[in-house]
Amino acid sequence: MRYAAQRLAQAVPVFVATTFLIYAMVFALPGDPMLALAGDKPVPPEILNTLRERYNLNDPLIVQYGLYMLGLFQGDLGETFTGQQVSELLGGRWEVTAQLALTAWIFELVVGILLGVIAALRRGGFADTAVLAGTTFIIAVPVFVVGYTAQIVLGLNLGLFPTAGTEDGWPLSYLLPGMVLGSFSLAYVARLTRTSLVENLRSDYVRTASAKGMRRRRVIGRHALRNSLIPVVTFLGVDFGNLMAGAVVTEGIFNLPGIGQQVFQSIQLQEGPVVVGIVTVLVMIFIGVNLIVDLLYGVLDPRIRRG
Amino acid sequence: MADVKTAAPEVGTVNPVRGSLWWDAWYELRKRAIFWLSMVILFVAVAMAAFPGLFASLGPNERCDLRLFNQAPSGAAVFGYDQQGCDYWSQIVHGARASILIGLAVTVFALLIAIVLGLIGGYYGGWIDALIARVTDVFFGIPFVLGATVILVAFPDHGVWAMTLVLVVLGWTTMTRLMRAQVIAVRDMDFVTAARMLGAGDLRIMFKHILPNAIAPVFVLAMLNVGNVIAGEATLDYLGVGLQYPDVSWGLQLNTARTFFSEHPHLLIFPSLFLTATVLSFLMLGDVVRDALDPKLR
Repeated sequence: MRYAAQRLAQAVPVFVATTFLIYAMVFALPGDPMLALAGDKPVPPEILNTLRERYNLNDPLIVQYGLYMLGLFQGDLGETFTGQQVSELLGGRWEVTAQLALTAWIFELVVGILLGVIAALRRGGFADTAVLAGTTFIIAVPVFVVGYTAQIVLGLNLGLFPTAGTEDGWPLSYLLPGMVLGSFSLAYVARLTRTSLVENLRSDYVRTASAKGMRRRRVIGRHALRNSLIPVVTFLGVDFGNLMAGAVVTEGIFNLPGIGQQVFQSIQLQEGPVVVGIVTVLVMIFIGVNLIVDLLYGVLDPRIRRG
Repeated sequence: MADVKTAAPEVGTVNPVRGSLWWDAWYELRKRAIFWLSMVILFVAVAMAAFPGLFASLGPNERCDLRLFNQAPSGAAVFGYDQQGCDYWSQIVHGARASILIGLAVTVFALLIAIVLGLIGGYYGGWIDALIARVTDVFFGIPFVLGATVILVAFPDHGVWAMTLVLVVLGWTTMTRLMRAQVIAVRDMDFVTAARMLGAGDLRIMFKHILPNAIAPVFVLAMLNVGNVIAGEATLDYLGVGLQYPDVSWGLQLNTARTFFSEHPHLLIFPSLFLTATVLSFLMLGDVVRDALDPKLR
């Protein structure tokens, strides 16, 4: 319990500082959004001032930030300079990105751990070499190159998957983008599982278990694998937040109407409120997931809780 | 501070005494084919970055002929032409510099930050360690692509060095955490206590005794990091928020290629090939060096 409270106390200042940093950076965007909104027509200074007042643009940055966060915790993400509610704008988009991230996450969890276990059990053999070479290669190829190649070869040429949009719904439309998004982390999961399992297979407690006459399957499943998965679980937990944020590129390639696509458009249109809204929520997810993983980690490994 | 300056170079030039960790590592490494393969690729890539004139007769964006735009590879131009009608081979050769310069510079700066902060935090502990850890958490909490995009759009006139700065700001945390953990692991060892009893000062202990014994895993992470930075920079270029024309980089070439890739696949294939080979070499190098440095895996 003390561990949980301590960890929570650490997360709060991190959250405030990170979101403030993002807020400050976005509102340092060059150009006056009010003038951009008005277009070519000259705007009377009174109206300009009323508008600025309404969006708190006249207050010092720290006050603006404070007001914004206050609204955020009441479920109000603010509105765009054209008067649309940001939360409304993002309504259906969260679903798309969450589905995409979930597909990628399941893919890397299942396939990644499977490949890692196979490689570790056949250490030095063909399967091991293949997994090591394959994962290094996946890490090295930039995700957009993987994306286009997969789109051309698996989607267009072989016709195995839909290539763009979300018409076919979950999971069909999300399979290919999910695999592309998850491929990078999949490589890490596989390597992490392998290294961790290889180390544990040599440890004393595994030898003891074997010496007691326990069957190999049980030794690996109940003892070695369970201990080996602790770092993997940490990585997978943290990675869910990463996947949500990393979806920008994948959503662009496969034309998925998610938040990644929205944030990118908004950055280019200098729609500060939308950018801050999305990135702040993403950071919240990221930090929240980290926190949960750390707490779970304490449950899995008593040394951390009591240490 | 004068002490730091005199101590630092000795750290950089690790003296491979027979039987030392680094000597053993070298002994292992020179038997590995992958080590030599990646060294050769990196040698070529670095040569391209440093002396593009040796590989390509044309300068960047030089003698482009719009009539030749997107033309496929042929006898006259082995790699074909890009969408401006420039000789693609020359463009790709010149693209090496931005990627490799940024990859190396970001890693060197991040490594320096990691060494300094990791040593201070790990060695002294207490409030300064807590402060460094929290600041690290803050920067660790910013998602890479989104954070970089936000900064880069806020400051639109950025060249190679501004890109380097942004990537350092977002990329120093992992190495710093590892360095700190390493320092903590080494700090209470007997040889450190012995050095302190012999009257060595904090700086001397940190740089002469702790650093050489703590740096190996961080060094490996740095090598892997070069590859990751190069791929990350290319991603930002590809998204259109990184380097801008008239700069030449592999990421930018891929950015333009995406509109034409289904009809003109050579635009996508060649820069991807160079990019992947370079990133892959750094990753493979990091992997074999890690294996060589870690006797447990032998």
